[in-house]
Amino acid sequence: MMNAVENITSHYLADYENSASALPGRHLPWLQQLCSDALQQFAQQGFPSPREEEWKYTNVSAIEKKRFSPAASEAAQAAVDSDWLDACRLADAWSLVLVDGRFSAQLSRLEGLPESVIVCAMAEALEKHPDRLEVRFGRALTRENHGFIHFTSAWFSDGLYLHIPPRTVLDKPVQLLHVVTKPDSLAVTRSLIDVESMAEAEVFETFVGVDDLAYLNASVTEVLVGDNARLDLYKLQCETGKAYHFGGTYVLQESHGRFQHHNFSFGGLLARNEVHTDLGRAAECQLNGLYIGRKRQHSDNHTRINHTQPHGISREMYKGILDQRARGVFQGRVVVFEGAQKTDSEMNNRNLLLSNDAEADTKPQLEIYNDDVKCSHGVTVGQLDEKSIFYLRSRCIDAETARNMLTFAFANEMVDKLPNRSFQGLVQAQLLAHFPQTGIVKEWL
Amino acid sequence: MLSIENLHISIDDKPILRGIDLQVNPGEVHAIMGPNGSGKSTLAHILAGRPGYQVTQGSITYQGNDLLELEPEIRAREGVFLAFQYPVEIPGVSNIYLLKVALNAIRKHHGQDEVDALDFLALVKEKIQLLDMDEKFLYRAVNEGFSGGEKKRNEILQMAIMEPKLCVLDETDSGLDIDALKIAAQGVNSLRTPERSFILVTHYQRLLDYIEPDVVHVLAHGRIVKSGGPELALELEEKGYSWVEQAA
Ligand SMILES: Nc1ncnc2c1ncn2[C@@H]1O[C@H](COP(=O)(O)OP(=O)(O)OP(=O)(O)O)[C@@H](O)[C@H]1O
Ligand SMILES: [Mg+2]
Repeated sequence: MMNAVENITSHYLADYENSASALPGRHLPWLQQLCSDALQQFAQQGFPSPREEEWKYTNVSAIEKKRFSPAASEAAQAAVDSDWLDACRLADAWSLVLVDGRFSAQLSRLEGLPESVIVCAMAEALEKHPDRLEVRFGRALTRENHGFIHFTSAWFSDGLYLHIPPRTVLDKPVQLLHVVTKPDSLAVTRSLIDVESMAEAEVFETFVGVDDLAYLNASVTEVLVGDNARLDLYKLQCETGKAYHFGGTYVLQESHGRFQHHNFSFGGLLARNEVHTDLGRAAECQLNGLYIGRKRQHSDNHTRINHTQPHGISREMYKGILDQRARGVFQGRVVVFEGAQKTDSEMNNRNLLLSNDAEADTKPQLEIYNDDVKCSHGVTVGQLDEKSIFYLRSRCIDAETARNMLTFAFANEMVDKLPNRSFQGLVQAQLLAHFPQTGIVKEWL
Repeated sequence: MLSIENLHISIDDKPILRGIDLQVNPGEVHAIMGPNGSGKSTLAHILAGRPGYQVTQGSITYQGNDLLELEPEIRAREGVFLAFQYPVEIPGVSNIYLLKVALNAIRKHHGQDEVDALDFLALVKEKIQLLDMDEKFLYRAVNEGFSGGEKKRNEILQMAIMEPKLCVLDETDSGLDIDALKIAAQGVNSLRTPERSFILVTHYQRLLDYIEPDVVHVLAHGRIVKSGGPELALELEEKGYSWVEQAA
């Protein structure tokens, strides 16, 4: 086993020597330290293995067998089809586009930002705001980290830096668009969203790849929600059917901070989504998710909510739809610490299996070290309800359409809840593409 | 219109209907009464084509065709309508959408064009007023969170829009208050024509005060044990089922 780890890591380690000079900010001593620590950890651990409890249902050995390489920095951007990209864009938003893990000024739309707000590429931020980053970078990643996080820390080539100063409300959303254009490439990014006290913002992360390329997209987003601040974060993951996706979101909520995450995971051959949040006093979080898998897709959704302080509220609802030979994983962990009295937490996971070969593994975990709490959780794994199908058929709808309608309705419940109409439209377009007979469904939206 | 001959139905090899004969002519209203568990809903479901039943003997002929051969949706398009005893909640599908899809499926089946959007809205509004329902029900998910009575009224609304030829109402009166019962009955009566037939499954004479049946049948232990005119319902109300069950 040790050998295998060495093999995997040596490819990346050997390359690291060559490539590190092209990675941003590595001249900063604190970042250099952070990266070399991460690299060392990665060299020891490699990628996570199913023997680790938190990776029990997900085997990433397919990623280990491949050798992904960072794409050359420029060139690619011109190759992105602008109509195609526009279809991924959110209307009326600032956008920051990362092509193969690097910022594209040409494709991004950042004009007219308020003076006090910073929305820029991480590489630029490391040049212009190194002092602030030194204090904030990595703050949401203080808990035990695994191989993917170390890998991402060592290798990131860019990302988003967003800073909203206190009492500032961003009046348009910011979209972070991850685009991959090169076969067998490695796109590794780290982003930081820093919303200070009483400030508010909406951020959208979209992941797409060109054609049917195979690649690895590894991205870590840290989120700092100040006291009484609010961040709504949306994620739409539509990687190609051959892509590997690791997307981790790590959040620190100060007292009364509010955080919402809406996670739509539709693409990728293998996708791992992580959302971890630490709630300060009376902080609130809402984690919603929808994962859809077909063919041999594997979609793993890992969430962790740490109630460390009193009066926190957490609400979580994840739904999965699994067809053909797809496998969906939900691991939701809620930890209520000793001092977190009056915690109020609800977690739900509902899975719809559309074929006998599809599989859903769901594992809610509640760890409560406190008596004075209100916590509940529920999970279901089931098929479409035969009574509902018959009811629709008795209303003239053929069996296949009835099944599609019920499946779509199951998914659409997560889309209906979206507060942002424009994002809702983007997700619905993706959903429609996923279900046949959309002609009928479209008119009904 | 409908001819059921010697129908035997089992569920998981357990006989439920044990030789039903029933003849319904165009324009007729047949009431089916009978104790709990006697097989009334089973009969209603069989007509609508619910899967999971074994037909061990007998036949059902509808408008000259073998009804048992047809898929549920084809039966519905051909004019067989079942108002469910327990209407199903369909979260995520709006009531108005379902009405429109159903109506268009029927029109398409008969070689007609899709209904014009404005005509459709006018039609729905007319029917919803007839049933004294709030328009907001149109935009809610089908039956989701509806009260028992609201669900039953919604079934009648669907029926009014789909304009079926054979309407099977399974205990549509249960769960309705007196006023709602009158309104639902009005809705049904407004659909009565010399061509359209009704099978009303009910436990109560009360419904039959408003919708006068041509024939009343008593179903017990999977058989029709007695048939008669409207006066039979009154007799049942008075004496209960035991005397007919004993007679069987
Ligand atoms: N899916 C099923 N599996 C097993 N038995 C069933 C099933 N459906 C119905 N039955 C049985 O068939 C018999 C007839 O049921 P049915 O629902 O038709 O009665 P009913 O006359 O409509 O009664 P009620 O007046 O209570 O509505 C009952 O004994 C019932 O338990
Ligand atoms: Mg019944």
